[in-house]
Amino acid sequence: MGRPAAGTNPSLGPVSTPQAPQVQTRRGTELAMLGFAAGLVTLALAIADGNQEQELTRQILYYGVAFMALFGLAHLAVRKWAPYADPLILPCVALVNGLGLVMINRLDPAVIQRAKDLQRFVPSESAPKQVVWTAAGLVVFAVVMWLVKDHRMLAKYGYTAGLVGLIALALPGLLPSSLSEVNGAKIWLRLPGLGSIQPGEFAKILLLIFFAAFLVSKRDLFMAAGRRFAGMELPRARDLAPLLVAWALSVGVLVLEKDLGTSLLFFGIVLVMLYIATERVAWLVIGLTFFIGGCLIAYQLFGHVQVRVQTWLDPFADYFGKGNQISQSLFSLGTGGLGGTGLGAGRPELVTFSQSDFIIAAIGEEFGFIGLAALLIIYLLLVMRGLRSALAVRDTFGKLLAGGLAFAVCWQVFIVVGGVTKLIPLTGLTAPFLSHGGSSLIANYAAIALLLRISDAARRPAPQTPKGPKPQQAPIAEASTVLVERPT
Amino acid sequence: MNTPLRRVALAMMGMIVLLLANTTYVQVIKSDDYRNDPRNQRVLYEEYSRERGKIIVAGGGVIATSEETNNTKLRFLRKYPNGPAYAPVTGFYSVSYSPTQLEKAENPILNGTDSALFVRRLSDLITGRDPKGANVETTVNPKVQEAAYKQMTDKGFTGSVVALRPDTGEILGMVSTPSYDPNRIATHDSSARQKAWVELNDDKDKPMLNRTISENYPPGSTFKLVLAAAALENGMGKDHQLTAAPNIQLPGTRTRLENFDGNKCGSAATASLEEALARSCNTAFAELAGQLGETKLRNQAKKFGIGEQDLKIPMSVVPSSLGDIPDDAALFQTGIGQRDVKLTPLQDVMIAATIANGGMRMEPQLKKRIVTHDVSVLDEIEPKQAERAMSASSAETLKQMMIKSEERTTGPGKISGVTIASKTGTAEHGANPKLTKPHAWYVAFAPADKPKIAVVVMVEDGGDRGLEATGGSVAAPIGRAVIRAGLEGG
Repeated sequence: MGRPAAGTNPSLGPVSTPQAPQVQTRRGTELAMLGFAAGLVTLALAIADGNQEQELTRQILYYGVAFMALFGLAHLAVRKWAPYADPLILPCVALVNGLGLVMINRLDPAVIQRAKDLQRFVPSESAPKQVVWTAAGLVVFAVVMWLVKDHRMLAKYGYTAGLVGLIALALPGLLPSSLSEVNGAKIWLRLPGLGSIQPGEFAKILLLIFFAAFLVSKRDLFMAAGRRFAGMELPRARDLAPLLVAWALSVGVLVLEKDLGTSLLFFGIVLVMLYIATERVAWLVIGLTFFIGGCLIAYQLFGHVQVRVQTWLDPFADYFGKGNQISQSLFSLGTGGLGGTGLGAGRPELVTFSQSDFIIAAIGEEFGFIGLAALLIIYLLLVMRGLRSALAVRDTFGKLLAGGLAFAVCWQVFIVVGGVTKLIPLTGLTAPFLSHGGSSLIANYAAIALLLRISDAARRPAPQTPKGPKPQQAPIAEASTVLVERPT
Repeated sequence: MNTPLRRVALAMMGMIVLLLANTTYVQVIKSDDYRNDPRNQRVLYEEYSRERGKIIVAGGGVIATSEETNNTKLRFLRKYPNGPAYAPVTGFYSVSYSPTQLEKAENPILNGTDSALFVRRLSDLITGRDPKGANVETTVNPKVQEAAYKQMTDKGFTGSVVALRPDTGEILGMVSTPSYDPNRIATHDSSARQKAWVELNDDKDKPMLNRTISENYPPGSTFKLVLAAAALENGMGKDHQLTAAPNIQLPGTRTRLENFDGNKCGSAATASLEEALARSCNTAFAELAGQLGETKLRNQAKKFGIGEQDLKIPMSVVPSSLGDIPDDAALFQTGIGQRDVKLTPLQDVMIAATIANGGMRMEPQLKKRIVTHDVSVLDEIEPKQAERAMSASSAETLKQMMIKSEERTTGPGKISGVTIASKTGTAEHGANPKLTKPHAWYVAFAPADKPKIAVVVMVEDGGDRGLEATGGSVAAPIGRAVIRAGLEGG
């Protein structure tokens, strides 16, 4: 399945052949939806400024136009390199990213004023940095789209990706704290003079690629029948090894880095990918058993895990201490209530890290339950479109990678929002595309680029092979029959 | 591979539904609990967006008001036009620190959340007016308050002055020095505010302490009024004879209790109760305490309000107490207002005011009226009788004795044409009483025939006289000046 030459130029469309139905690229829809998102973001910016009683100037319109231009360029990249990509994914991302920018911009003066009030270290403005990162993220987005002309080529680099990802993941834990610790979490890589990056965010994507490639190549092995037990087919003991390794590595490495959120994120992703690849519920059961066991052990061994659990069960018991963050978050959400205080009219800066880990609380306070629910629905739409691409794409690697990427975003949203709203213990993760943070943003844009690439492959009409019509495989044909080049 | 993918899709939908359900719980069901939690600072910020009620003195003068600023977050700034003089009355209202005094006690009224203001709030909502808090009118007479503050600060004294209207219990003045400017704590300039806070808290003179109600002191000889009242109520007349010895031995000890400067109590072998009070003879009152016994003494003290645990004016008043009286020696010392007797200055003046009011103790009260911002009266506080402390005839006798006491009291400032009834006190304290500067007390009311004002002056650590200080020389002139100011006002 080589790339059709015509595919790079959508204006030409597929070569007209009588039996090929006309597949619309839907790029127009994407552009219109992007315009809609840009309009919403501009409106939000105006409301935030108005509520903070700043002068409403034409500046806001310029910002709106700049935002549209930025995503317009991304749209052009999609038009050029992935013309059949899903038309809703990019607008969803643009809207979430834009609302995040508005929120961060709105919080900047409040956060700075509060730091002054409390005589703490006064941070610099976050919004300009986030704008730069958004731009950088979109550049990465375009580059990935340009470099990865066919997602299946990534399978070739599966082991490389795995190795690099593992190093990136482990590096902060192995480096001295002076180079890797920020706010108590050893998950950073400090580049003197350049700032800090969170290699874990990039490791997430690299490891996803590795797992997809690895599981596809060893799929038969995993599918081999083991003994039956309680209506499930158990995998053979020796096949458990990869799962054990993943479990030990991601959990072990991340316990060293004291980052429960990322640990939970990785293990969940591995488990779900294993399940998608093998279709065996047994893997889920075994994985969850491992997970619960791991939780119990971690609870016994680590004081910070116990603290997390206690502040989850009753944050107000230690209001002035460990429970303060989550208590403040609940106050913030509760004050927002059903309709919210209105953008710019609340006090979300009273919650620490209101621009990053707790931006969900800020959204909940100012947009209310209605706004927060809408945001969650946008996320749901985003991941469902991703999963749809996984269903539609014809190769196993693509299915697994797209399914993994979509699930990763959803799982991260669940961990973040669940933590902030006290559904599950609080862990330090950023809300995808929303929170302040360069690494997360850039890595997530790379992930979205891959997702769009796969969705493009899924919707692209079958190429015309010069050697006459060979019967196309039905889309439902399972991928065990598809040739995937093994990584060497 | 599509089956598991579909199941994962379902699981993802389930996750989002779970989040939505939980968010509904937090933001809709528990919303009010979280919003109104006192630890939720948003409540405070919301208060700052409403115009807080004023605090007003008799005659309409404003001692606490809210001024609109151009700050959008903290729209109103609390201002105290004559801050230091009225600080013990108003307290402060601050962004960072919990309010004190009336600002605390009347907070729901001032910020407009009190249920009494519900209808008003509703009409504000309907008519679209900005909701405002209600004003609190106090009983404070600005002439009394300012004269007392000026007297204390001109002399640089540490201490307090409280003035009451005997027949109603209205507090006419309430001064504590050294004072502080509440504007410094109320300011919206956070660094200035914090600097002031640290400075005032570190100050060893404790300027933010309301000495009139939040601290109690040994009352010294002013406590002899309680003993004299007990004696009169228990059938001893003002001619009841007591020892005139310059010193007596405390029962069961080798310690001797002396009169002031080691003087004899008058020229005779014994002294009448009246003379002993006028001369403030310690030996006579120690003996009297022994004759009355602990129970009668405690009963009388209780009737004057000593020991009341939850007095509110509406600020909470620290309880006064007699302390433990394990033996007769302790009883003797208690009788002259020493040992463990501790009274707030407010309690001390309540005793004088009760005598002035014919023996009926009135509840002290600082609040006169609650008035909404459109000047309709929401609540009017009626004078309330607390308890009869002594019969009218005993009160009359004791008043005459206090007039005699005033005649013997030195110090300048006597007012021609006005008869004052008073009692001084010079209270020893500290580990080594002879070398520690005593507290000087003066408690009085006037005019004696129809009392309009009762006042207590308490000057800590001898004022400007040091070890030589007496109630008469240090505190009496201030008390008389305050009475003069109070009577001028009519």
